[in-house]
Amino acid sequence: MTPTTVAHDTFVIERTYDAPVDRVFRAWSDPAVKAHWFAGSPDALGAGYELDFRVGGHEVNRGGPPGGPVYTFDAQFRDIVPNQRIVSTYEMSADDVRISVSVATVEFRAVDTGTVLVLTEQGVFLDGHDTAAQREEGTRSMLNSLANALDSDA
Amino acid sequence: MVERLTRGPASVSELAEPLAMSLAAVVQHVQVLEACGVVRTEKIGRTRMCRIEPGAMTAAERWISDRRRGWEARLDRLGDILKDDPATEEAP
Repeated sequence: MTPTTVAHDTFVIERTYDAPVDRVFRAWSDPAVKAHWFAGSPDALGAGYELDFRVGGHEVNRGGPPGGPVYTFDAQFRDIVPNQRIVSTYEMSADDVRISVSVATVEFRAVDTGTVLVLTEQGVFLDGHDTAAQREEGTRSMLNSLANALDSDA
Repeated sequence: MVERLTRGPASVSELAEPLAMSLAAVVQHVQVLEACGVVRTEKIGRTRMCRIEPGAMTAAERWISDRRRGWEARLDRLGDILKDDPATEEAP
């Protein structure tokens, strides 16, 4: 059996936009606008990109290099408070192999200069699929040395 | 501790500062991490500097930094669109 691994991490990105909060929020809720900045082109809508912006609705973005794997971002909205926050869960996969599962929280806050947006992503990375062989070796030697260190510590 | 080191090298006392651990406990923790090949330490004067071992946690780090970079590029693009694109203006 192939050994499995998980790695967890969280990161936070903060941006201030010189635009009112309802306009920034609309860029997340309106499929035509979001296709533009999220999927890279307004033409992506219906051609690899879908957005059903409601709790329980999905957002899907598919693409990849010609001849390479098809990467799929598949999100589901879990909580939406207009002009305040969006919480979604999403997974990334390459063809039919799941790479990661994440919770993404986007918070919007009106300030004098416009809107502060805070994006927090909490993710679990599965099995190190992009560097499977290398990582397997690295993990094994790390766990061996950890075991040795704990033994010698006792 | 490891998360702090992914942001850059730090001395043992800098690592200990935000943690509710004694300096001795932090030193011991660093020794375990060093024995595991996760961090590398170096004595500079009276300070022991710790850095993440290159190559350790590569796949996870790459995943995290790729994901972060992807989001940053998108949020920059959002900023450009908010500046330029009339489609995001107030609906009539």
